[in-house]
Amino acid sequence: MLALGALVPIGFVLQAAIAMGWDELSALVFRPKVGELLVNTVSLVVIGVPASAVLGVGGAWLVERTALPGRRLFAVAFAAPLAIPAFVASYGWASAVPSISGLWGGVLVAVTAYFPLVYLPALAAIRGLDPGLEESARSLGMGSVAVFFRVVLPQLRLAVLGGGLVVALHLLAEYGAFAFLRFDTFTTAIVVAYQATFAGPNAAALGLVLLLLCFALLTVESLARGNARYARVGGGSPHPPVRLPLGRLAPLAVFGAVCVVAASTIVPLASVVRWLFRADATDLGALASATGQTLALSLAGAVCAIAVALAFAWLSVRYPGRLSRLLEGAAFLTSSLPAIIVALALVATTLAFAPGLYQTAFTVIAAYVVIFLPRALVPLRAGLAQVPESLEEAARSLGIAPLLARLRVTVPLLVPAVCAGGALVALGAANELTATLLLAPTGTRTVATSFWSAASSLDYPTAAPYAIVLVLLSCPAVALMFAHATGRNLR
Amino acid sequence: MTLSLSGLSKSFGTTRVLRDVTLEVPEGTRIALVGSSGSGKSTLLRLIAGFERPDAGTIALGDRELAGPRSTVPAHRRGIGYVAQDGALFPHLSVARNIAFGMPRGARHVARVHELMELASLDQTLADRMPHELSGGQQQRVALARALTQQPKVILLDEPFSALDTGLRAQTRQAVVDMLERSGVTAMLVTHDRDEALSFGQQVGVLAGGRLVQAGAPTGVFDAPIDVRVAEFLGDVMLVSARSAGTDAVDCAFGRLPVRHDRSGGAARVRAMVRPEQVRLAPAVDGGNATVVSIRSTGAGADLTLRFGGGSFPAEATHRVPLHAAARFQAGCQVQITVDGGVVLYPRHE
Repeated sequence: MLALGALVPIGFVLQAAIAMGWDELSALVFRPKVGELLVNTVSLVVIGVPASAVLGVGGAWLVERTALPGRRLFAVAFAAPLAIPAFVASYGWASAVPSISGLWGGVLVAVTAYFPLVYLPALAAIRGLDPGLEESARSLGMGSVAVFFRVVLPQLRLAVLGGGLVVALHLLAEYGAFAFLRFDTFTTAIVVAYQATFAGPNAAALGLVLLLLCFALLTVESLARGNARYARVGGGSPHPPVRLPLGRLAPLAVFGAVCVVAASTIVPLASVVRWLFRADATDLGALASATGQTLALSLAGAVCAIAVALAFAWLSVRYPGRLSRLLEGAAFLTSSLPAIIVALALVATTLAFAPGLYQTAFTVIAAYVVIFLPRALVPLRAGLAQVPESLEEAARSLGIAPLLARLRVTVPLLVPAVCAGGALVALGAANELTATLLLAPTGTRTVATSFWSAASSLDYPTAAPYAIVLVLLSCPAVALMFAHATGRNLR
Repeated sequence: MTLSLSGLSKSFGTTRVLRDVTLEVPEGTRIALVGSSGSGKSTLLRLIAGFERPDAGTIALGDRELAGPRSTVPAHRRGIGYVAQDGALFPHLSVARNIAFGMPRGARHVARVHELMELASLDQTLADRMPHELSGGQQQRVALARALTQQPKVILLDEPFSALDTGLRAQTRQAVVDMLERSGVTAMLVTHDRDEALSFGQQVGVLAGGRLVQAGAPTGVFDAPIDVRVAEFLGDVMLVSARSAGTDAVDCAFGRLPVRHDRSGGAARVRAMVRPEQVRLAPAVDGGNATVVSIRSTGAGADLTLRFGGGSFPAEATHRVPLHAAARFQAGCQVQITVDGGVVLYPRHE
């Protein structure tokens, strides 16, 4: 049942494609406009992903393995762009430097916004590396450069591949950032098509191509990953690494790091703040109501996602088997699809089966659950795996009924995992733009959609307070992710 | 109330873990079930506790059927306490709240917790500690105190001492036995440690391959093991070929010896079992009945490999002597072996 829910988006696109028939589909797909979109989207991924990987890995290595001056500050600053939604960063750049547009504008904004998605896993992986390996390599006569390329980098492969995949999926799914820069990708074209003809055949045909691109990426990543496992061999506790002195290169490294931080964080934020001071009088009432609606929707999304994820996690931890792996796979696959496809599918499904639900909060919350499920699933599964079944048995042998035993023993122990997962879902939902734009009931204005309607009509000053709220809403999630990557405990 | 198991069987998939286990445990008895890993001993406890259902057979406490073909009483209504291998203390609750966990709401918890901690010889200052702040032995005693809150008729202990280091182990075991003694509860312990099993209580049961091979008083089981496997499991043995010499006597490498117990079932070819503790060894002045083949030092003593001439009963055996006696022997010397008490006979399969 849950798995079926998770597979609705894929089913929708396939069903729409089959319903259209080959002729209509090919007429819609094989046309110059689609070719142009394909070139744009593919170039974006081909340029954007390696650039993000270089920035992400380079940044992680600089702060973790070299004596970069101010490395603690940079360690946090490199993760900070995650707190600025890409469409806010794009607004910051576009309103500060109006000439930025097209492919290179898109690459600049997207890479500076998304490279932390490689940086954080790379940081976590480097921290997990045994410095002893690097020392052994040195004792075998390798220089710093050789050690980096032959010892450090190969061990980061999984982290970089995983991070690169996430960046690529974000590039495919991003709508707001590219719409600002007048750069057309499949996602922006689908939104335009939807606004013109609703969930018509055109949107579905573009959705099909987008879906295929998505599958291609997932396949490439899983092939590249192979069955590789990099584990530390042998015992002994690792000791802190010896940091590489940068010497005369230090000013250069600092300059580069400052440039990255400036492009990814300082320029967009400065621009937002500048517009904030230009605003005549902020309509605080509207801002408060948008914040309230955002909180209500995203909290509801978080609660539902946790409920669904609990069922999934329970199944996969307590009854592991082929079925539970399949379910999890379906959940992860669906959530890696662009939000726009999820939204289109939910529009079509509700119209077909339950028209009463169309354009209600229900569809928005359902979209949040589908899109953000893994954010809840991962911590919950880890949390549940740490609660041994013997505790529930002990409670039962003390005369406590099974359900009550679960409530009094397992549930309290899951609280940290539920909070972490719920927070990540809620914060993701609060910043979600694309699906919310399509699905929100008429009259619902979240912070993201309010920002969007002001900013896209070039009313920059009105948009600025909403942008600030969006950034503030993102900060806790980024803090959580950073703490997780560096192995620090927030509690 | 007597805990009675009859004809219990349990399979996981195609593996038969327990076969036709029948056992009676009278009220107030402490029984240890011993077996190597995979003998089904933990599964038996989980069946009695109610965490698993038997495929066949019944479990009854007094007149009340706990599990059988018709009905199953869920674990929380059985009134049977269970202490898991690692104690399974709730990590989010303090010691006092762990102990009070199963008490009915609104009861006078403080006094009862105090009383149980006293029973478990736990210092009252530990009441507010969290489980991870306790030593392994303390954790086990808290787990036992917690299990006793329900005033269970039977308490089950699943290898509760195996996670402790040797010194702590003996000490905790003694504390637990004293505690069970004081509370007068029926207790069933499973373990793979023979000394633990033999010293735990009034009864011991030996499990092998899912069957309860033998059960009875520890002295009886140790003295007259039902087969060689049980004999070897419960202690060191010396086994030699033997031949009947009238009623109640056999000829073997040690000479003519009385038969303590005959477990051979009337087999034509038999083996005699003696425990090393029965054996006396002295350098022979003239003759003797065995030759020392080699001596290997074990630090605290020496292992002597002995060859018996014995005419028609050639045999070899190893015997350990303490350090102060080891100097009296050297390879090649003749020794005289005497055996106190008789032998136990088993059939010999070639």
